[in-house]
Amino acid sequence: MVAGEGVGVNWLIDFFGDPANWSGPDGIPVRLLEHLQFSALSLLLAVLIALPLGLWIGHTGKGALFAVLSANAARALPTLGLLVLIVLLMGVGTDIPVLIPLVALAVPPILVNTYEGIRGVDPELRDAAYGMGLRGGQVLGRVLVPVALPLILLGLRIAAIQVVSTATVAAYVGLGGLGRFIIDGLATKDFPRTIGGAVLVALLALAVQLGFTFIQRLVVSPGVSERQAVR
Amino acid sequence: MITFDGVTKRYADGTVAVDHLSLEVPTGEITVFVGPSGCGKTTSLRMINRMIDATEGRILLDGVDVKTIDPPTLRRGIGYVIQQAGLFPHRKIVDNVATVPHLLGWDRKKARDRAMELLERVGLDLKLADRYPFQLSGGQQQRVGVARALAADPPVLLMDEPFSAVDPIVRASLQEELLRLQAELNKTIVFVTHDIDEAVKLGDRVAVLRVGGHLAQLDAPSTLLARPADDFVREFLGRDRGIRRLSFVTDEGVRLRTDLTVPASAEISSVRDTAEPWLAVVDEENRPLGWVSVKDLPESGTLADARPAPYGTFVRGRDSLRAALDATLLSPSRSAIAVDDSGRVEGVATREALDEALDKVAGGAGA
Ligand SMILES: Nc1ncnc2c1ncn2[C@@H]1O[C@H](COP(=O)(O)OP(=O)(O)O)[C@@H](O)[C@H]1O
Ligand SMILES: [Mg+2]
Repeated sequence: MVAGEGVGVNWLIDFFGDPANWSGPDGIPVRLLEHLQFSALSLLLAVLIALPLGLWIGHTGKGALFAVLSANAARALPTLGLLVLIVLLMGVGTDIPVLIPLVALAVPPILVNTYEGIRGVDPELRDAAYGMGLRGGQVLGRVLVPVALPLILLGLRIAAIQVVSTATVAAYVGLGGLGRFIIDGLATKDFPRTIGGAVLVALLALAVQLGFTFIQRLVVSPGVSERQAVR
Repeated sequence: MITFDGVTKRYADGTVAVDHLSLEVPTGEITVFVGPSGCGKTTSLRMINRMIDATEGRILLDGVDVKTIDPPTLRRGIGYVIQQAGLFPHRKIVDNVATVPHLLGWDRKKARDRAMELLERVGLDLKLADRYPFQLSGGQQQRVGVARALAADPPVLLMDEPFSAVDPIVRASLQEELLRLQAELNKTIVFVTHDIDEAVKLGDRVAVLRVGGHLAQLDAPSTLLARPADDFVREFLGRDRGIRRLSFVTDEGVRLRTDLTVPASAEISSVRDTAEPWLAVVDEENRPLGWVSVKDLPESGTLADARPAPYGTFVRGRDSLRAALDATLLSPSRSAIAVDDSGRVEGVATREALDEALDKVAGGAGA
């Protein structure tokens, strides 16, 4: 057995095996819940902004350039830098400092994938939908969205995973979440704690990935994913 | 009836796709728009259901200017079939067909029943109803496209090259199916194609368009083939226009001879002295068995002992002159056997008789 590997596993056993880490305000359940709260709230805000915008731009073809440019700009923002800046401007004490950079992180993948998904639907299909007598909103809701759903969900999944992984930065401004284990562990040279925190974040990201795979199966029509219908 | 009244379409880039088109599409008939690529067929068609709005002129649907009708409402009353079928991939076949009934607010059961009825009508196996479009062949998808267009029983059907993307055998069967459906339904159909053979086969009337969106000629297929209006139409109709024309001439003008058929039970000795080189042998029910060459007959016995040569038939009063001519090519006697609907021999059309009929057709063509 390689020495380093043994140490790593031991650290994990140390961290996860310690009952003290499973209770109290600094326990795993509480930190996990905090982490999930930030992440879910950021994702929700990002969805509320990016999804309607992406649908509208994809459907009308208006503002496509704006969407791509602003999404690229948002992507280029350094999350941690933005966080520090906001804290300097607004002070600690509310959730807002954490939410803003996380939302900024989540908007581009949702916006771009939604827009590309809608825009990429076969023009013949769009044409047929209008030709049948569907109105604009019906074409979007009944045809374009169901057909573009895999790509829309992909955008949501990328955003969710990035948010969950990046929400660790909340710890920098004293706001809790799984990041606390990493930061505090580093500060006190308590490596089991740091590694344990990192593993928890990775597991959460994995869970999000699995969750989306499941949602995809559930909501995307077999006719779109071209799975043979079970019969 | 659909009326084009001085309709012009000028696109934003200045292209004049349709130029002062005036024509009438009669109720209950198939009118085909045919012409080379880019001549404005699709544009003309799509102005009817306002997928494109005309720049000038009016299009009237039974006297009502389509511009006065809200487009989605207008379109729900007009069936529309396009080349790639354009089925909704996320919906099952039956739900695709029920699209317009749903939009019109029919209740679920009624819409579904109607969809199933139509799938059957267009010749689709009902087992396919719960499949998704990607699980169907191109030809099957096209049938679904037709069923979907017919679902709410619209009086008008617009079809834009609906059979162009399928292979020739499937295309032929889809064409037959459309003609069969039309015989039952009597819709007002505007059918767009670039294929003159398809136009001539399907159209009650054919409008030939030339590039720039001008109407070159509008006539019944037989007239079109017999008397093309100008060189453009003549060239577009192609080389074998003469032969194709015969598809529209009935065989009724062909004189039949009844003295060339003999029953198989007849003694060979009784026919040996005839002046005719070939005789058509029939069974006791008067169905054709084949031709026999008189000089090659055996010494004795009945005609049943002779080995019959191949023969070709046409159905009297139903087939065209082209079919009769075709039948002559199948037999060494160079004559065609005319049969009735149940396959019983009515007589023989000799080459001389067919020549006479062809002379009449050529005479009718003027030059
Ligand atoms: N949206 C458009 N903008 C500009 N020109 C167009 C547009 N659609 C068609 N055209 C042009 O109009 C002419 C007729 O097109 P179309 O009606 O599609 O012809 P067809 O169906 O007979 O092939 C062509 O020259 C084509 O390039
Ligand atoms: Mg076209």
